[in-house]
Amino acid sequence: MHITALPIFIPMFAAAALTAVRHWMPRLLNDAIAIGVAIAVVVLCALLLAHTANGHPFAYWMGGWRPKHSVAIGISLSIDPVGAGLATFMALLITAALVYSSRYFEAADGLYHALMLVFLAAMAGFSLTGDLFNLAVFFELMGAVAYALTAFKTEEQGPIQGGINFAISNSIGAYAIFTGIALLYARTGALNMAQIGHTLDGHHADPLVLVAMALLFIGFLTKAAAVPVHFWLADAHAVAPAPVSVLFSGVMVELGIYAVARLYWTIFAGPLGPHIDALRAILIAFGTLTALWGAVMCFSQRHLKRLLAFSTISHVGMFVCGVGLLSAKGLAGVITYVIGHGFTKAALFMLTGVFLHRFATIDEFDLHGKGREIPWAVVLFAVGGLLLSAIPVVTLFFGKSLLDAAALDAGYPWLPSVFVVSSMVTGGAVLRVSGRLLGWGAPELEGGPQAAEAREEEGEEQAPRDYTPPLMLIVPAVLLLGAIVIGLIPGAVPAIEVAAGHFLDHLSYINWVLRGHVHFAPASTSHIEGFDYAYAGGATLGALALAALGLFGRPLRQRVPDLLLRPVVGAIGGLRQLHSGHIGDYIAWWTAGAAALGGASLIFLR
Amino acid sequence: MSFLPFAIAAWLFVFGLYGVVSSNNLVRTIISLTVVQSSTYLVLLGVGYVHGGAGAIFADIPATAKTVDPVVQVLVLTDIVIEATVTGLLLAMAVQAHKRFGSLDPHDMRALQD
Amino acid sequence: MNRRGRLGLFALAGAGLAAVLVIGFTGLPDFGSYHGVYGRVITGVAVTLRHGTDTITALNFDIRGFDTLGEEFILFASVLGIVLILRQLRGEQEEPHQEESEEHHFAGASAALRALGLTLIPTILAIGVYIVVHGQITPGGGFQGGVILAAAPLGAFIAGRYLGMKTIAPHVVIELGDALGAAGYALIGLSGLVFVGIFFKNTIPLGIPGHLLSGGQLDVASVFVGLEVSGAFLVAWTEFFDQALIVKRGSQ
Repeated sequence: MHITALPIFIPMFAAAALTAVRHWMPRLLNDAIAIGVAIAVVVLCALLLAHTANGHPFAYWMGGWRPKHSVAIGISLSIDPVGAGLATFMALLITAALVYSSRYFEAADGLYHALMLVFLAAMAGFSLTGDLFNLAVFFELMGAVAYALTAFKTEEQGPIQGGINFAISNSIGAYAIFTGIALLYARTGALNMAQIGHTLDGHHADPLVLVAMALLFIGFLTKAAAVPVHFWLADAHAVAPAPVSVLFSGVMVELGIYAVARLYWTIFAGPLGPHIDALRAILIAFGTLTALWGAVMCFSQRHLKRLLAFSTISHVGMFVCGVGLLSAKGLAGVITYVIGHGFTKAALFMLTGVFLHRFATIDEFDLHGKGREIPWAVVLFAVGGLLLSAIPVVTLFFGKSLLDAAALDAGYPWLPSVFVVSSMVTGGAVLRVSGRLLGWGAPELEGGPQAAEAREEEGEEQAPRDYTPPLMLIVPAVLLLGAIVIGLIPGAVPAIEVAAGHFLDHLSYINWVLRGHVHFAPASTSHIEGFDYAYAGGATLGALALAALGLFGRPLRQRVPDLLLRPVVGAIGGLRQLHSGHIGDYIAWWTAGAAALGGASLIFLR
Repeated sequence: MSFLPFAIAAWLFVFGLYGVVSSNNLVRTIISLTVVQSSTYLVLLGVGYVHGGAGAIFADIPATAKTVDPVVQVLVLTDIVIEATVTGLLLAMAVQAHKRFGSLDPHDMRALQD
Repeated sequence: MNRRGRLGLFALAGAGLAAVLVIGFTGLPDFGSYHGVYGRVITGVAVTLRHGTDTITALNFDIRGFDTLGEEFILFASVLGIVLILRQLRGEQEEPHQEESEEHHFAGASAALRALGLTLIPTILAIGVYIVVHGQITPGGGFQGGVILAAAPLGAFIAGRYLGMKTIAPHVVIELGDALGAAGYALIGLSGLVFVGIFFKNTIPLGIPGHLLSGGQLDVASVFVGLEVSGAFLVAWTEFFDQALIVKRGSQ
């Protein structure tokens, strides 16, 4: 299609043009142009999605350098429904974030808009490209913009430290990716993913391929924030401006997961086919650790954005598990869940922005009772909490049902309970905050592991205000509505299942990219079982119970014998201490994660 | 000898990481980061090297001459631009960090301690 | 973690990662005996189909020109980021511009140093332009030449005239160069789409290999990239110099 490259070109060009005239542009025009460009990208990506959705993926060769004798020469955008759908979803979130920030920032000159537009182009390129090195280039582009946006509020300490930790962690991830690319290039003499996969097919996984896979995966998992390479995320997401956090949690992190899935099924599915069970176990181990770690950390936060950031880490754990199940159903579950989670988490970050804008604090206890001034914001916040617990029958619920079914199919009957814990705890934490906003529970925390924590948001505080622009509530309301209804659109979830089935058809991918022949094996769709409702209902009830426990549980806690309580409190405290904000610690953990993934691959996948 | 460049690359990667982990000055951290990145240059260029090959520039050599692989050189060029820009961005943050924290020691930056 | 814990963890993890890397690298072909298909195809294509004798430039600005688009915007966005991060904040102010004679003297520039710095400016400019426009023939091109061009105004700084450097390369102009270079490179892609129907497809006559005007879009791309790179580096340097020499410390 002629429009294929435009979702990347238009925002880039607009960003450069806005910068060229930025000293003469009024704020309103900046907002209007940025929003207009974002909407144009939504439309273009939706057209690509519509074109490919009926089983017509295609490769677009930049500069007309088509493959000769099935050897790729140029760079391709390899468009399939998953990539195009992800790009559409991402562009929708950026549009929402830009509309929201037109009211959120009192002063934002063209620099902010230009950076957001480059971010848009980078994420579109990342979703659409079919070339491994090009993927890494867009990874870095996304990174460079994101580091700068994290440090947007340079007058405070937090954003600077968060930006530094983010930039260093992700740069090291990128170097792992470059090394992995070099290894694959040495072996295959190719950079196009289809070409690399084609060349590796029929060979078994030797150490070079395994190490290349481990390096690429750990690099992209750094962006995705899987434990133990996740430390930067809580710092960066907590200090970035609310509209930027929306994009970080809503879609940027998920792009890391997307890259892992894309690389596995295009490149490594051939040589690793015989070891699928062992690889599944490795990825699920990482995912489970991430899901539980994030959940515990999430519930123990009182800083709202940090709480949401850890909830994202917990959900990333679910995504890693879902992709790690290495099945169409698991991938379809992840895609569905990412859509629901992205809209929900975006709305929650925006509402946090509303509280910060109005009350100049986002400390849970400082906000005690303040929510009565803006009841609608609290209602929306609580709805977000219920959605995170995957209450039937919202989009997240459909995603979780697919994940549960995929886990059972793959022989992991205990995995759904991990998902339940993740939903329950992250939803419960948000509901607890909603309750506190309404003035329920204790107004101040005494004793316990959190008492020593300082007010992290000091400095972020401008003067409190006595109004909230309606637009700042409308945008999250629309997003939450989207998170509720998208899964209910007839045919939406089955279409995702079909797209996921095609996504992991390794041989067909090589064929349609390098030769333009489209032929897929028929994909199957599944039904929702009764136990799915039971699981999801249980998770929602559990979330409500946890919220109540967090608000009113102190008398109860005093009755628990010290012998039982102390190890739990100590363990949580120890876990929290690891998040020291010290970049040296983070990179030591990163090295451990890379060594663990590499070592496990070399030992178990041969 | 044929493994030496790659052994050095592995050493640079881990040694650069050691620099980042052990650093007590942000500027040293950033320089260490570029050491890690140098490892990627070495792997990429080492991979594409051909004994006796000329650079793939045919201004004054015949079109049939033996050359080294040009693709990895392009990748390294991109890699270098990335290094220069990210280093610049990080140094800008270091300037601000020094203003906000009054120190460049990561140990003194405690805004994000959990 | 304390320092000991951190280094202890790293000792274990680093040893593990080193082992993983070395085991992986043992699978590489012996140093100097590479036979990849991609490189051979490209060396065949670059001169015959692109009329550029520098294969690397042909790859950079045409065959893999889309990578360079991303790379251009990494540079562009990073510089925007530097401007954003170092922008002046409440509580900070510029020292009032003083007379040229009173301006900050970098290490007390001597007369010889001044003469050298000022002669360097046109010399470096000439070399930079030469490198930029010959990128399709011999080693060089927009990136290499752009960095050299950006170094020219530094001659004024060496001569102890930082404000003079800002007069040669005013902030508005270099920022405009940065943005127009990035936009121009993106427009090369669009011109392919508009005139030939494919993004980044060459639309410019190829010329004779080895001649100044050859290689189609390679030369145009080089010029835009040179413009952007020189602008971007100057913006970044100016921002850092301003922090060091002009902006007064704010409240800590």
